[in-house]
Amino acid sequence: MSMRQYMSTSAAERPDFAAIAAWIPTGASVLDLGCGDGSLLRYLKETRGVRGYGVEISDLDIVSCIVNGVNVIQNDLESGLSDFEDDSFDFVILSQTLQATRHTEALIREMLRVGREGIVSFPNFGYWRNRLRVLLGHMPVSRNLPFQWYDTPNVHLCTLSDFENFCRSRNVKVLERNVMAGKREISLLPNLLGSTAVYRFQRGG
Amino acid sequence: MNASNSIGIVSAKRAQFDTPLVFRSGAVLPRYELVYETYGKLNAVKSNAILICHALSGHHHVAGYYADEPDNVGWWDNMVGPGKPINTDKFFVIGLNNLGGCHGSTGPSSINPETGQRYGANFPVITVEDWVESQARLADLLGIRQFAAVIGGSLGGMQALQWSLTLPERVRNVLAIAAAPHLTAQNIAFNDVARSAILNDTNFHGGNFYQHNVVPTHGLRLARMLGHITYLSDDAMADKFGRELRNGQFNYGYEIEFEIESYLRHQGDKFASYFDANTYLLMTKALDYFDPAHNFGGDLNRAFACAKANFLVISFTTDWRFSPERSREIVQPLLHNRRNVSYAEITSTHGHDSFLLEQPHYFDVVRAYLDNVADELSS
Repeated sequence: MSMRQYMSTSAAERPDFAAIAAWIPTGASVLDLGCGDGSLLRYLKETRGVRGYGVEISDLDIVSCIVNGVNVIQNDLESGLSDFEDDSFDFVILSQTLQATRHTEALIREMLRVGREGIVSFPNFGYWRNRLRVLLGHMPVSRNLPFQWYDTPNVHLCTLSDFENFCRSRNVKVLERNVMAGKREISLLPNLLGSTAVYRFQRGG
Repeated sequence: MNASNSIGIVSAKRAQFDTPLVFRSGAVLPRYELVYETYGKLNAVKSNAILICHALSGHHHVAGYYADEPDNVGWWDNMVGPGKPINTDKFFVIGLNNLGGCHGSTGPSSINPETGQRYGANFPVITVEDWVESQARLADLLGIRQFAAVIGGSLGGMQALQWSLTLPERVRNVLAIAAAPHLTAQNIAFNDVARSAILNDTNFHGGNFYQHNVVPTHGLRLARMLGHITYLSDDAMADKFGRELRNGQFNYGYEIEFEIESYLRHQGDKFASYFDANTYLLMTKALDYFDPAHNFGGDLNRAFACAKANFLVISFTTDWRFSPERSREIVQPLLHNRRNVSYAEITSTHGHDSFLLEQPHYFDVVRAYLDNVADELSS
C-alpha cells in the first residue's frame, strides 16, 4: 500500500528558477501553468513567501505537487484558464512549457488576462549548438531539448528573436529578459549564445 | 480483505444529546442520539481528529469489522485503517450515522420518547446545516475543538464543505470528494422520481407505515434502482452487463431477461430489506436543499468568503451524477477567496461509485494530502 515514487526537481537543476524568483517580490500571488511536480512553486514559496497555485494535467505530477505542499489544480492548459478570474494574480508563469503548448498565442493572451504580468522561460532554438545540429542535418537533442523528434512534446519551439517578434506583433510589452547558458548569464549575442531565455512581460499600452 | 491492513475489531458507541436541536426548518428535536465509531488514538492536544461524513445510504461503520459479524466490513475500509490513505496510525477517525438515519442514530424509525410511537412522518425534514450542528455536538462531547480534517464523498462531501462555512474555526482541512456546490435540476429530478416511488407506494401510509406493520418495499426498491443507475457510468454498465441475457434467449415477456435487470432488482431488494423509506426521503431532500449560495443571492464567492480551511477537491471523469464540472464549481470560489485548494480529476470508469473504490491515483492523492496534514500536526 505504499505510494509510488513521486518526483521533486531541485532548484539547482533548473537555473531558470532563480532567474524567475529574482523578479518576484515577497508575498506576491503566482499562478504557475504546467507546474510539473510543483518544485518552482515550492521554491517560490520558500524563498519569496508567495501565495500560489499550479495548473497541471499529469496525474503523477498532481500527487508530486501535493507531496511538495503546493496547491495544484488538475486541468488542461489548452482548454484555457476559465477557472481563474481577470487580474487575479500578480504573476502568471509558464516555465519550460511554452514550447509544448498547442494554442500558444491564446495561452499568452489568457496569461495576461489572469495576471498583471507574465513570465515565460523556454529553450532557445537559436542557441548555437542547436543551429550546429541542424546544420549537420539533425534535429537538436541536448540537456535543454532532451527529446527525439518522434516523441517530443515540443510543438512550438522558437528563438529569442521569434518570441520578441511575436510579442511586438501581439501588443505584448517585454519588461525584462534574462538569457542563460547553464547557470551563466549571457549578454553578448544572446540569440546565439543563450540556451535558455526567461522573459517578463505585460499587456502593451 | 487484507487483515494486516484492517483496523480490526470495532464496536459502535452511542452519544445522547439532551439540548434541543433547532432545525433550519424551524422544527425542534428536544433530544437525540447519535451512533458512532472511532478508530485510532486521539492525541493529547486532541488535534488529530478526522470526521468522516457519509453519503445517502452510508452509516457509522466506516472501517474494521464487528467481533460477532466478521463479514460486516466498514463501507470505507479500503480507505481508512492503519497505513491506509486515511491513516489510523496517525489520525483519530470518527464515523457516525447522521441524524435522521436508520442505522442507530435518532431517525424516523426511532421511538419518539414523547409519544412512545415511532417518529415516522413527524421526524423533521433535515438539512446539511442541521447535520453539521449535530455533528459539532458530538465533537464537543469528545473534546475536539477543531478537526484536522472533515472528509466526505457525495452528500458527505457537501457536509464537509458545510463544516467550513458553518464552523470555519473548527476544521483545518476539507476533503470534498465527488461532491457539488448544489444539485442541478437534473439531479433534483432524479431525487423527485425516487421520492415519488416511495410516496406513492400504498404501503407508505404517509410515512407512518410502522404502525401498519408494513414496509413500502416496492417504492424503496424502485428508488434504489433508479439511484443505482445514476451512480454507475454507461461504460461500466456496458462492461459489466452489456446485453447479456440470463437464459441466453428472448422470452418475449416481462420477466427478468437481461442481466442488468436482474442486477438492479437484486440491488433494489437488498436495499429495501434494510433501509428506512423515511430516511431515504430525508436524505434526498437534504441533497436538494444544499446550496450555500442560497443566502448570498446565488453568489458562491460570497458564500465561501468565511471559509478558513484548506481544501482538497476530487472528482471522477465518468461521474455524471456529480460531474467534474460540479467539483470545479467548488474550486472556483475557493480560488476567488484565495483559500489553499488542490483539485484532482481522477480518470475512472466507475461513475459516481468511484469514490468508494480503491484506485491507485485516487488513493495516492488522498494519502499525500493527509500525510502532509499529519506532518503539520507533529511539527
